[in-house]
Amino acid sequence: MEDYNAIINAYKDVPGGLIEAYHALQRSFNYIPEDSIDKAAEVFNLSKARAYGVASFYSYFNIGKKGKYIVRICESAPCHIAGANKVVEALEKELGIKMGETTNDGKFTLEFTECVGQCQATPVITINSKPYIDVSAEKIPAILKELA
Amino acid sequence: MQEEMRIVLRNCGKIDPLRIEDYINAGGYKALEKAHRMDQKDLIDEVRRSGLRGRGGAGFNCGMKWNFSLTAVSNQKYVVCNADEGEPGTYKDRIIMENDPQSLLEGMAICAYAIGAKQGYIYCRGEYPYVVEILNKAISQAEEKGLLGDFSVEVRMGAGAYVCGEETALIESIEGNRGEPRFKPPFPPVEGLWGKPTIVNNVETFANIPMIVEKGSEWYKSIGASNYPGTKVFTLTGDVVNRTYFEVPTDTTIRQVIYGFGGGLPEGKAFKAVQIGGTSGGFIPDELLDTPIDFDSMAAIGATLGSGAVFVMDETRDIVDIVERITKFFEHESCGKCSPCREGTKRMHEMLQQINHGQGCAEDLALMERLGSVMSKICLCGLGQAAPAPVLTTLKHFRGEYTAKLN
Repeated sequence: MEDYNAIINAYKDVPGGLIEAYHALQRSFNYIPEDSIDKAAEVFNLSKARAYGVASFYSYFNIGKKGKYIVRICESAPCHIAGANKVVEALEKELGIKMGETTNDGKFTLEFTECVGQCQATPVITINSKPYIDVSAEKIPAILKELA
Repeated sequence: MQEEMRIVLRNCGKIDPLRIEDYINAGGYKALEKAHRMDQKDLIDEVRRSGLRGRGGAGFNCGMKWNFSLTAVSNQKYVVCNADEGEPGTYKDRIIMENDPQSLLEGMAICAYAIGAKQGYIYCRGEYPYVVEILNKAISQAEEKGLLGDFSVEVRMGAGAYVCGEETALIESIEGNRGEPRFKPPFPPVEGLWGKPTIVNNVETFANIPMIVEKGSEWYKSIGASNYPGTKVFTLTGDVVNRTYFEVPTDTTIRQVIYGFGGGLPEGKAFKAVQIGGTSGGFIPDELLDTPIDFDSMAAIGATLGSGAVFVMDETRDIVDIVERITKFFEHESCGKCSPCREGTKRMHEMLQQINHGQGCAEDLALMERLGSVMSKICLCGLGQAAPAPVLTTLKHFRGEYTAKLN
C-alpha cells in the first residue's frame, strides 16, 4: 500500500480539510485510490462510511483507477442541441470504448459531465479539466492524437 | 435600443487581471478605503438603499442580508463568495473572475468590514481549476500590499456538484461534508459556516459593491428597473448569432437581449423558445419577449432571471427532447436528502423519456403537472423546487409538442 500519510496529513488541521485532502490525492494520482479513503477516515477521525460518503458524493472525485486522460463530454442542454451526441459517437469509435469505460492501455477514460461553463462555443469537452470548445466529430481524431 | 452598461465588467479587457497595480490605477481599493471611514451601520444602510439584490438567483436585498449578520452577536463571522456557478449555459462569474478578480476581493473585504468578519472563503466550482489559480494569485497580491488588512481569504474548490450552489449545501462542502442542503431556519447570516454568522453572496453581487460604495446608493438605484436596480450580466447560448456575454441595465427586455445584443437567430430561422436563468428556468414563448428582464417582471410571467443564462431555441428544435435532457440533469444532480426531490426528479425523467420515445399517454401530462406542482412547493431546497419549472412551463406554452408525441 502506498503511503498516503504525507498528502492527507498536510490537511489534518485545515478546517473542513477532508475535501482538500481528496483534491490533493487526485492531483497526485489523477484519481483517489480506494485504500486512501480508509487512511483519510483515520486521519480525520471519521467512520470509513462517512469518509467514503463524502468522496462518492462529488462527481469530480474519481474513486479507483482511471485513465491518464479523463475525457468529459458536456451533455447539458446548450451542448446537447449543438450535437454533443455526435461527439460522443466519435469518441467511442475512435477509442473503441463506451462512455464510462477506460481504454486497455490505461490512457483514456470517457465520462459524461454537466455544464463546464464554456457555453460560448458548444459543444464542449474537457480533457483533465482543460476545456476544448467548439468541438465536432471531425475534430476528435486530431485532439486525441495530440495526446497519444 | 438599450446600450451595454458595464459596472461589474468595468475593467474587463482594460486591465491585466494578474497585475493588482492595474486595478489600483483604475481606481481600485478606493471604495474599501472609503468604507473603512464609514460606520458599519451606515455602510450597510448605503448598500441596502442602493436596492442591490443578490445576483445568484434568489434576489434578496443585499444590505438587509448583511444587517442580519451585523446584528448577530458572535466571536467569529464569515464572508463566503459563491463562485460555484453550475447553471448550464452560465459563465458570467468565470468572466468576472478571469478578468477582474480584485473587484471581487474588494467587494468581499467591504462586506467583511461591514459585518465584522476576519475570514473569507471563495468557493469556486471544480470545473474551473484555471480560475482558482487566478484567484490565488490575486489574493496573494492583495495581501502583499496589505490592502485586505486583517481580513484573509482562502479559495476552496468544489468537485462537480450542482447542488453546492445552494448556500447551505455550499457551507456543508466548505466544512468538508457531503454537499447536502440544511433545514432552514436558521439562515446562514445568523447561523452558517461552523454555526457562525455567514454572508454568502454571488460573485456578481460582490463585484457590484465597490462601485456602489464609491458612487453611492442614489447613483446605483437610478439604473435599470426600480425594484431590481443596476445591471445584469448575461450569457447567450443556443441558436443565437452572438453567442457571447454582455452587461445591461435591468429594464432591458428579453427581446432586446436576443435580437439586439444577441443579433437574432442564425440562418434566418424563426424563434421558438428561450429559457432564461439556466436549466432550472422557465421556457418563454415569443408573445412574452417584451417582458423586462428584472427579477419581479420575470417572476410575474412564471419565469426567472436566475443566473442570467439565455438559451435560445429556433423553430427546428424539439422541445420535448430538450426537456427530457433537462430532467436527466436534475435526476443526476439531486442530492437525495429529501424524498420529493430524489423520487420526483427520477419519476419526472422517466415520464419524459417515455413521452419522448412515443410511449406516453395523455394521463402522463396531468401526472407531470401534479408532480411538478408538489415538488415546487415541498422540496427542501431551491434545486428540487425549481427542477419542474422547465416541464411546467413547456406544458403550458408548448403543449402541442407533447401531445404530438403521445401514444
